Formats: sequence, C-alpha cells, structure tokens
Amino acid sequence: MNIVLLYSVITLGAIGSLSAVILYFVAQKFKVIEDPKIDEVSEVLPAANCGGCGFAGCRAFAETLVNQKNQKGNIDKLRCPVGGNDVMAQVGKILGLDVEEEDPLVAVVRCNGSFANSPKKVSYEGATSCAFAHSLFTGEGGCPFGCLGLSDCVIACGFDAIHINPATGLPEVNEKCVACGACVDACPRKIIELRPKGKKDKRIFVSCVNKEKGGPAKKNCAVACIGCGKCVKVCAFDAITLVNNLAYIDPLKCKLCRKCAPECPTNAIHELNFPPRKEKEGEGVEVKKTPVAKEIAHAATQLISKTDEAVISDGKEDEKPTGGENS
Amino acid sequence: MLKTFKLGGVHPAENKLSKDKSIGVLAIPKVASIPFSQHLGAPAKVLVNKGDKVRVGQIIAKGEAFISANIHSSVSGKIARIDEVIDTSGYKRPAVIIEVEGDEWEESIDRSKELKKEIRLGQKEIIQKINEMGVVGLGGATFPSHVKLMVPEGKKAEVLIVNGVECEPYLTSDHRLMMEKGEEMLVGTQILMIALGVNKAMIGIENNKPDAISHLAELAKNFSGISVHGLKVKYPQGAEKQLIKALVNREVPSGKLPIEVGTVVHNAGTTYAVYEAVQKNKPLFERVVTITGKSVKNPGNFLVRIGTPVLDLIEAAGGLPEDTGKIIGGGPMMGKALISADVPVVKGTSGILILRENESGRKEVAHCIRCGKCITVCPMGLEPFLLEKLVINGNFEQTQKERVLDCIECGSCHFTCPSGRPLLDYIRYGKSRVSQMMRSKAS
Repeated sequence: MNIVLLYSVITLGAIGSLSAVILYFVAQKFKVIEDPKIDEVSEVLPAANCGGCGFAGCRAFAETLVNQKNQKGNIDKLRCPVGGNDVMAQVGKILGLDVEEEDPLVAVVRCNGSFANSPKKVSYEGATSCAFAHSLFTGEGGCPFGCLGLSDCVIACGFDAIHINPATGLPEVNEKCVACGACVDACPRKIIELRPKGKKDKRIFVSCVNKEKGGPAKKNCAVACIGCGKCVKVCAFDAITLVNNLAYIDPLKCKLCRKCAPECPTNAIHELNFPPRKEKEGEGVEVKKTPVAKEIAHAATQLISKTDEAVISDGKEDEKPTGGENS
Repeated sequence: MLKTFKLGGVHPAENKLSKDKSIGVLAIPKVASIPFSQHLGAPAKVLVNKGDKVRVGQIIAKGEAFISANIHSSVSGKIARIDEVIDTSGYKRPAVIIEVEGDEWEESIDRSKELKKEIRLGQKEIIQKINEMGVVGLGGATFPSHVKLMVPEGKKAEVLIVNGVECEPYLTSDHRLMMEKGEEMLVGTQILMIALGVNKAMIGIENNKPDAISHLAELAKNFSGISVHGLKVKYPQGAEKQLIKALVNREVPSGKLPIEVGTVVHNAGTTYAVYEAVQKNKPLFERVVTITGKSVKNPGNFLVRIGTPVLDLIEAAGGLPEDTGKIIGGGPMMGKALISADVPVVKGTSGILILRENESGRKEVAHCIRCGKCITVCPMGLEPFLLEKLVINGNFEQTQKERVLDCIECGSCHFTCPSGRPLLDYIRYGKSRVSQMMRSKAS
C-alpha cells in the first residue's frame, strides 16, 4: 500500500514539476508586453463602461489612449465624455501631455410635441419600443419626425439621466447626463443631440426636427419649426442654417444673444436657464427654468391665443366686435 | 378526412358576414390618388406630368426594376398634381392625384362581358402581358405576378396551386369572386399553367365555403388538369408554405421559395386579374374589396377602382358606425390599422374591416408565463417567446440563428398568448433588423 502511495506522489510530483517548467518557458515565449501606463490610465477612468468614447469600455479606451500616445505622440480626438475635463487632465498627467479643456456636452431633446402641442390623433397599443413604432407608423400625434415617447432613450441610458415626463410624454434630461451618447444612438428619429452645456447651462436650440414644409408641419404640432427663416435673418453671427425647411443653430457659432427666440412665430426656439426677458416680466419669471414649466406656459399662451382668435372670428361673423366677450 | 397543414395553426371566429353579398360596383371617386409603390419591390417610375389628361387603363408609372410592377390609371381625367400623400402608416409616399372627368377607357381594353376561353398567346407573351398589365399577387403580399412565373434555370415547376383559402376571418372577396367569376378564374388558371409549362393545377378552398367548392368543382370538369380540393378550416392555411404542405404534402426548405419543391402558388383573385389582363387586355386598376364589421350597416363586397379613398367605401356600406374603434386594412389577423380613412384603396387592399371599440383593444400586457402556447400554434415551428426576448435584448445574431426570417407574420402567437404579449411586434422588428444586418454584411 505504502509503495503505491509513494509512486503516486512521485509521479504526480514529477508531472507537476515538468508542467511548471514547460509553463514557465511558454509564458516567457508568449509574454504580452503591456505598457504599465494602461493600468494607470484605466485606474483614473470612471469605469462606467458606457461606450461614450466610442470604444468597448474603459479598458479599451485606456489602451487606445496609450497606444495613440506612443505612436503619434498625442491623444487628439480621444475624450472621455463622462469624466470630462477633470479625468482628461489626469490622463494627460499620466501620459505627460497637456490636454485642452473642452466644453462639456449634454443631451438635448429637440422635440416639443407634447400632448398639448401635438394632440393624439390615433392611439397606439403595440410593443413599447420606439424603434418598432417608428417602423410602423408616424406616431400618435401624427408628426413623422417627432418623439414617439416609448422610452427607448430611457432604457438606453446607463446614468439615470433621462426620463419620460408623464405630463408631456416627452423625455427630459436631468443633471446626471454625462453625454455618453447612448440615447442619441437609441432614438430611431435622431431627435436627441449632444450640444455644449454652455456657460451656466445656458443653451439656445431649435426644439424641432421636422423637415416638412410649414403647412403640414404645423398641422400636426403647434410648436413645429415651419422653416420661415426669420431666425436666420436676425442672427448676426451666421449661426443658424435653414436646410429642408428646418432651422438649426450651430452651438459653436451661437453667441447666446437671444435675438432669434422671440422672432420664431411658433416658439420652436428654446432658451434654457436664461434670466427672464425684461418685456415679459411678471409672467416669464419662472417660465424659462425647466422645459416643463415652459411647456405649460406654451400651452397656456396657445389657449389664450386660440380664444382670442375665436373671439375675433365670432365677432367678424356677427359684425359685432364685442359680441364674443358678452356671450 | 380533409387535408390541412400539420404544424401549429389556430381557428379564430370566422365572422364571414358578407359571404352572401354579391359584388357591387362602387361609384368612381371624384379624386383618385394612386401611389407609385403598391407592390413589393422597387417603386414604379412616373411617366406622366401635372396637367396631363389620362384615360382609364393608361399606364402612369413603369416598374423598371426586376421586382416591380406597372401602375395604370384607374380613372379618366386630369392630373392635378404629383405629390406625396399619407399611406396607411401616416408616412408620406409619392402618388399621382387625378381629378376625375367622365369615364373614358383606353380603346385597347375589351369591355364586353363575354367569356373568352380560347388562349391565343404563348408562354413568353403571357408573362410579358402580365408584366405589362401590372398584375400583382392580390392576396395581400402584392408580389409582382410575372416574376413568380419566370421559373429560374435548373428548377422545374410541376404543379400550380391556386389559393382560394381565404383563411382570414371576415374577408369574403375571393369567395364572392369564385362564386361569380368562376369560369373566368379557371381560364386564368389555365393561362398561368401555360405560362409555367405545367399540366396540373390544384385549387385549395377551405371547407367553410362549401358553395364555392362545389361550384368550382362542377366548372372544373370542363377544364383539363384543374382539380378543386376542400381543406379543413385552419388559420393560416392561406400562407404559401402551409398551403403547399396541405395540398401536396411537401415542405419548402427554410429561406427558399415554393419553386424549390416544384410548386408555384397564385391567389384566386390573381387568376381573375390574369384572365382580364391576358384575355381582355385590361390592366389591374380595380379589385374586389370586402367592407365589413359587426357594426357596419351593410357589409358587402365591392369592385373598387384603385385610388378610391377608403372613406367612399365606408360610405357605400352605410357610413362609419358610431362605436368604431379601429379601421383595419385587410383581415383582423394580419391587417394593419389605418391611420386615417382618407388613404386610398391600393392593389393589396383585400378588405376594410371596422372593429367596434370594445373589440378593438389589445389585452393588457402581463409577464410571459412560459406556457408554450405560442410554440404550439406557430405554423413555422418557431419559438415566438424566445424571439421576443432576443429582440428586446438586442441580440440580433442569435435572433437570426433562431430563424426569425422564417416567420410569416400570421400573428397566431400573439392571438393565442394568454399574457397578451406583443410577440409579433417584436418579431417584425427583429426581422427588419436581421435583414438589415444581412444586407450590410453582404455589401
């Protein structure tokens, strides 16, 4: 018995040592030489693995950073949107490079086709997927370009930064947004855009992506861009372009002068986080802070203007201008 | 024992309300809007300009691609504009809008009612004629008919199958056509047999139309090679592959066409269109449409010019009922809800179904309880619950491996799901993503 035991120990021991020697040489032969900086860089990255940089996770991004530094001596066009300037500065420190500061970006929803602005014409009960609904029909409001409100962007967001507002049926981006771009890719109608956050979060943008002519666009939504071009004319910085009946404000050229917004006949241009305008004091104070408040204000003005029209048209028919008010 | 297909299938309530209503002729509309893309494949290229005068049957758009079809004017009058109009989905598609003046037909069209039995054209000329006349499959898929008749090299057609199944509940247009134009359809079947070079044709009709079966069987005695077969009622028997299985007991391999097993399937309505195209020189510009629904005053079958607004058809059936919940283009199983009643009737409109508000809603969606009913009823042997899950998770490579492209979109899975899950919605989306993926890989 003892001899059997002894033989076993010796054979196994011999196999073990032999394997160890083989493994040692194999490991030497096929050694992966990795720049130790890759580890250092991935240490400072946020480890969110969101893919916002365009690479498959933070480790892949760290590898690309170090490789590009070694090959080209720079890390141009590589950027971690989640970490922003802080993280990029740390990365620069490790790699011994100066990284230029860039304006942080934020996701902007360019549709204001809320329940109030673009009332439901049909009702949809199918799968809760924007991508499917987009292939099926134009949407409950009828706009072929507008938000479908079925939460594909919300599902795509890994940072809890975008939610559908049940009052408007539109997604809203909160301060947690890191501009990873997941929602931009998820939206089948390309409504969401990454725009510079702006100083003190001040932003001006056209909240519409409808490329139809004015008439059809307005038919489905009260706040659609109708491509009238008034904003283009008033802009002193050539920041606004009009392509396919749709105005677009280039955030890099825009100086936030706020001349365009009051020109827009359909209130399609949104100003966020600006102090209230002087002319509209009293009413406008709380209005501009959040898109929700703006929404309600829009709806309210819409209603007011509609009733005004009704009064006027009633009056015309009866040829009694005051008739409407009396009744 | 009646024949049917083996795998899966369901039996929804038949509701054939308009089966005894003979085909009426709907008045010509005041304005007709005729879309360029009424068929599978490339849209046709427009040949007319604004302000042109057109006659009934005049070609207005030419299908130039291999899979495409000609479009003819269904009315006479002036072309008001060539514009974009909304289709059933609400998206805009290019169309010709014609203001109707009178009813002047092209002189080449034989308008006599007389039956023309003698077939003068040869194989090639028939296919040419069917192509010229813009005939497409009238069962709903609108695949250009002439393409189906061109048998690829190395393959041989053995039997022509005529699909008179009409397995969709409510729809009766093919049923009525078989009852009223039976002889013409049989001549059409003979024409198709010559075009394919076969000497055997089988007409499959479900057993819920005994009058059509006996009527056609009686008529078919005078036509050599054509036999009529009654089939057990089971949805989706009208699907090409299921019908082949039921009639000749052959299985079309995954991803292949029926010609692989020596068969070619044409719809019963198509045989009539073929008869008219070849014997009467009449392009496909009108078709029989069923207008039906439990609340509809006068459900019926109408011969409708292409481009007529659906609303005209609804008016003819006694107007839109007050309790309307949904207007569906096609049958309740595979049809699509219309976004507006102003959309035109096109070549693929087999019926307009008006559902009541209380029957049009979907079930509330609950969780999948793994009962496996969807697998039992799937006529293609797929696992709908699995496909749904894969699509939701965005795993399209696995979706492709699970043969999502074999799905015929019959909707049996969704129909039977006790949890009301929108299985077919996700599968349809998965199909479009997978074919997109395959196209980008190929290029």
